[in-house]
This record gives sequence, structure tokens and C-alpha cells, in this order.
Amino acid sequence: MSVRAPGRVAYVNARLLDPASGLDGMGALLTDGEKIVDFGPALFSEGLPADVTAIDCSGACLAPGLVDMRVQLREPGEEHKETLRSAGEAAVAGGVTSMVCLPNTHPAIDDVATVEFVARRARQNGLAKVYPYAAATKRLAGAELAEIGMLAEAGALGFTDGTRAIHDAQVMRRALSYAATFGVLIIQHPEEPSLAENGAMNEGELSTRLGLAGIPTAAEAIMLERDMRLVALTGGRYHAAHLSTADGVAVIREAKARGLPVTCDTAPPYFALNELAVSEYRTFAKLSPPLRSEADRQAIVAAIRDGVIDTIASDHAPQDQDSKRLPFAQAEAGGVGLETLLPVSLELYHNGHLSLLQVIEKLTAAPARLLGLAAGRLQRGAAADLVLFDPGRPWRADPDLFRSKSKNSPFDGRPLQGKVLRTVVDGRTVFAIEA
Amino acid sequence: MTQNRFPHRHLLGIEGLGPQEITTLLDLSDRYVEKNRSADRKVNALRGKTIINLFYENSTRTRTSFELAGKRLGADVINMQVSASSVAKGETLIDTAMTLNAMHIEVLVVRHPDSGAVKLLSEKVNCAVINAGDGAHEHPTQALLDALTIRRRKGHLDGLTVAICGDVLHSRVARSNIHLLNTMGARVRLVAPRTLLPSQVDRLGVEVHYDMLAGLKDVDIVMMLRVQNERMKGNFIPSIREYFHFFGLDYEKLKVAKPDALIMHPGPMNRGVELDSDLADDVERSVIREQVEMGVAVRMACLEVLTENLSGGNA
Repeated sequence: MSVRAPGRVAYVNARLLDPASGLDGMGALLTDGEKIVDFGPALFSEGLPADVTAIDCSGACLAPGLVDMRVQLREPGEEHKETLRSAGEAAVAGGVTSMVCLPNTHPAIDDVATVEFVARRARQNGLAKVYPYAAATKRLAGAELAEIGMLAEAGALGFTDGTRAIHDAQVMRRALSYAATFGVLIIQHPEEPSLAENGAMNEGELSTRLGLAGIPTAAEAIMLERDMRLVALTGGRYHAAHLSTADGVAVIREAKARGLPVTCDTAPPYFALNELAVSEYRTFAKLSPPLRSEADRQAIVAAIRDGVIDTIASDHAPQDQDSKRLPFAQAEAGGVGLETLLPVSLELYHNGHLSLLQVIEKLTAAPARLLGLAAGRLQRGAAADLVLFDPGRPWRADPDLFRSKSKNSPFDGRPLQGKVLRTVVDGRTVFAIEA
Repeated sequence: MTQNRFPHRHLLGIEGLGPQEITTLLDLSDRYVEKNRSADRKVNALRGKTIINLFYENSTRTRTSFELAGKRLGADVINMQVSASSVAKGETLIDTAMTLNAMHIEVLVVRHPDSGAVKLLSEKVNCAVINAGDGAHEHPTQALLDALTIRRRKGHLDGLTVAICGDVLHSRVARSNIHLLNTMGARVRLVAPRTLLPSQVDRLGVEVHYDMLAGLKDVDIVMMLRVQNERMKGNFIPSIREYFHFFGLDYEKLKVAKPDALIMHPGPMNRGVELDSDLADDVERSVIREQVEMGVAVRMACLEVLTENLSGGNA
């Protein structure tokens, strides 16, 4: 793994996947330094030039590197859980070449200096590219607007209070309205806090059996319904994070049908797991929002398939052992997700819900387009951010082998299908295993 | 000695126990009731064994009952009352488990305000663990002592109709009783305002009523639950006065139950909140004091079968 970008590298014998152009076929791709020079089925049909380094992909899939639009970093402030370096290593091991981090660090990313700190530290690591969201309100306190215009100028890709809902309707109205002035996106954690307060899991039969306070699915739908009114009032662009319920999906579906400027994502746990994962008080499956019922899980799968859900993000949330080895109600919520993002998403393909190209689209071109990032597609002259993966290769999630500093995976021990073989950022191979 | 009368390492809850296992515990408890009433009530079944009562919540009744049960069996019993302050000092449940492991004890009796905390602890210790109440999850020895009380009075559990009334939402006693009574073939009704019933509780195999007169009609047993003021985070009921008016048990409401219906309460009761004071003391109807007596016998039985497994398996 070299630090500087090499010269000309040819990736041959690859199944090229580019959702943005609909390309899915065998071919080759040529990079020069940091850029993609050319690619296609006919490239090198007359033999390789002498001056290129050839990498035989042996028929594996070569796609744009994944764009993960929701990652919690713990630096600055909680470096014992994750650093920018460990998150970067986890990202590239998962095929993620661009990640967007939440502002819920300590201090919060709510001023220009912190935005620049994160960007600079990430550049030094030279792993996955890191783009920050900035706080929508100062100190994420939900009261006063952060300097949205200046933060956007400094590189913030969107504005959010992270894992907290922007709950005051007037504050949300002004955030949407002010952000619309600059054409920037507001990202909401859609959960009515008063209904989620004290809640540790999905409300229903299982929470009753376990004697845990529940969070009703209505907590998601109520916040989304209110926000749709505010989007209609202000015209601000709105993105709902990690949809988890059938009712939530219905709200977004209806809003899109009305033409509101609304998008949403979900995370692998919400289409691959249901609330039964928390049986036996398994705190690694304690997430925010909580894992929902099987009917909700199926609604999320359907919404990914029919396009109501635009993108898939990892919602990577590192927590150390001390935050998880506690009675369920006291344990922190969240799970690491960077290294399982691709294989768990590929279950949608293996189970026949989506084509391979459609799965990759939700992880690359769709989030890049939504965020206005020049990434997530194979394009001549674009940065050579690539992932090479074998969609069929079986393995088992073993968090002890994860690069992430925290091991709190809700997919601990899960049999997976689809493995990242190589990750390339700006033409440099930053992660590789033997093919 | 019968091998594996009770094939579990711990007693963490009633959910999952079979009727035969419950009957085994009740039969053994019955024998201890007689023993406890005799002059020669000390036995040596647990001589040389150590029991620690680890209580993260205040409790007089349950802790004393376990302490007495252990001492009657000849065990050394140590009480550890963990105050909120030492939890605040940062010793986690896992740290505590490690400390206890080093002490080589046989049985750990745990009460904890968080659901699932006793199970978490049981996964980390080498000894047998008895759940003496975890959050709103389970309180298995309470359900066993309630069942023993009923069985001794009525002769059987199957076919009886039992109304559990009050704060089911926060009640571990209610959950353990629902599981036990259903397993043993009794019919369970819950009677409470909707705010004090947990979500989809009907899926636990109970009949749900919001009106005392409908819920108590022709029941054999009325179990009143404590209104847990200390757990009331938020407005579940508008006032104690209103609660007693609609859901408190008095002679008038009791009229719709069977003439020989018994009244039970896990204690400590709030007189005049969930239960009319005179009714609580009415020896014809109230078996509340008997429940306390049964508690000691049931806990002796639980301690005996669990320690028997310890020595039977590895010695």
C-alpha cells in the first residue's frame, strides 16, 4: 500500500458496475495517478500497454467506492471509542471511500474551526474521504441556529443535530427556511423525543415480556408528519435518516407523491434485523431508533425496492464495552456498521429484492447525488475511488477482526455473503485482501 | 436423592418453566411450610454453603425472607445492600460479578431496578443466581409464593380465575404471575386503567378489563398490585383519589367476585390507595399475611434445588 498514487494501473478482467450509467459488464478500467482515465468492455482488447501495472480482478465486481452518508465519528472527544484513523481503516475495509460524519462529537461540529479540524485530520490519514455534516443548532442544543451559511462555505454537506431530533417546531421551521436560503440540506433524526424518553426498545409484546420501556412506532411517524408540514411551509430540503417503520415510510411516500423536496435513508439493521435481536437483553442490538417488528422490517425492504428510500447508510455508531456491558436500559444505543454495510446490503440482492446494480446505486450514486458530491460513479477524469468485491464470497462477521476500535456490531456472528477484496482511494490501494 | 429435580442453573424467571418444574417447587415448599411450623425447624441442607443477598433496591420483606430461608437451611447468609452512591462510584455489575466470583459463594440472590440486570450478572458468575426482582421484568419467587398460597387454600390452580389489578405496566410481580398461572392452567384477567397496562399485554394470554366490576366478576382470586409511586415517571393516573375511586378494592367491588374469593397483595401495600384498609385486615378474605409465611418456604425450596444442582453436577 503506497502513500503516493502510482502511475498507470489497469484493472483487468473485472465486472464493471456503474449504477449512474447502467453499466454492468465485463471489462477493464485504467487509472493514472489519482484519476480514472478510461474504462469499458473494449478497453485493452488489443492488449495491455507496456507501462501499466495490471491488476487481475478475476471476474470480481469493480464499482465506485461506497459513499456512506451517515457515520458517527468519535473524534474529537471520545477517541477511546473510535478515532478518525480507526474509522478510516474500518471504512476502507468495508469498501467505503467517502463517508459523511455526524456533528455529535465533543465538542460538537458547530463551528468552522471544527469542520476544518475534521477535514484536515482525515486528509492526513489518507484513507476514506471524510465530509462533515455540521450542527443545525449551536451545541446541538436545539435552540439557536448554528452558522449554517459559513459552515456550508467551509465544507459542511448538510445540517443536523445528529442523534437528537430537532424537536422544537419553530426551530425546525427556521432551520429549514434559513438552510433553503443557501440551498443546503437539513437531516433529521425522526423521533418525537417525548415518546422516546426512557424507551429502550420497540414498544410491543416483546418489550412487555422483557419489562423494558418501549418506543412506539408512532414516535417516528409523528415527527415526520410534523416535519412534512414544515417542509411544505418553508420549501427547505429535508432528509430523514434511518427510517425504521412502515408508518414512517408511508409519510415519506405521501410527501414525495406531493412533490415535497424530501429524501430518506435507512441502515442495514432496519432491513436485515427485527426486534427479536434484542431478546435476552442483547445490548449490541440496542439501536436508535430501535429495531422494529418483522412487519416494519418488511416495509423497509419494500420501500428500498420501490425507491421511497433513496439511500442506504451504515449509521456507524461505535460504543466501547463499558457503554454496552450494562443492564439494557442503561446501555448506550448504536452499532458499528462500516465493515458490514456492503455484505448486509447485498442480502437485498441475494434475496431477490434488488438487482446488484440497484444495491450498489443505493450505496454510491444515490447518496452522492443527494449530497452534491462528485463521487459514486465511474467517470473519466473523476477521482479513482473504487471498490473491488466478490458478491458471492461467504464469511462470518467477527467483530474481533474489525478495524473499528469498537466491536459493538448487531451483526456479530452473522453469516454474510459478499466480501470487499480491494479498496482504492484517489488511485491508491488503501485496503486489499488476497482474492 | 432425585437427580435434577429442577434442571436449571439459575432461577431468573417463571417464563420458560414447565408445569412439572413449578409443581416440584411447590411440593417441596409445602413440606417446608410444615417444617417451619414445627418446633424443630432448622435443617442442615445448606450447611457450609454461602448465600449473598445483593440488593440494589431497598427491600425489607423480600430480603428478610431470603435471609431467613437461608439461615433455616443452615447456610451462611450475607446481606449486601448496594446504595445508589456506590453505583455512582462506578463499580459496574460486571465488576461486582468478578468480586463475588473470587469469594466462592454458592447462591447469589439479586434484586436490581433494571430489567435484565440479574440475567446479565448470572452470565458472569460461577454460582447459582436467584432473581429477587429485576425492573419490570420478573420476580419469580413472588409468583411461586402466591401460587403456593392459592394452592393451599383452594387445593389446585388449574381452572381458577385470577384477577390481577393495578399497575401492571411497572410490575414484575404481575408478569411472573401471568406466566405461572397460565402455565398451571388458571385463567388470568388484568384490570387497570389503560395507562397502567403495557403494550400488547393481551398477547401474554390474558383477558384485559378496564372496569373493576367486569374484571372481578366471579373470580376466585383478586391480586392487588402496589401503585408504585417511585416508578411513576410521568402522569399515569391523575390522582390517588381518582385511582382508588375506580380501581381501589373495597367491599362493594368485591361483591361481584365469588363469595369465597381471596385477596392477595405482594406488599408493601398503600392502604386506601389500592386496597381498603379494613379489607386488608379481614382474615376471612385477605391472605396477605399468609403470603409472607409462604415466602420463606418457597425460598427454602428454591435454594435447596439450586444448590443440589451445584453439588450434583460437578462434585
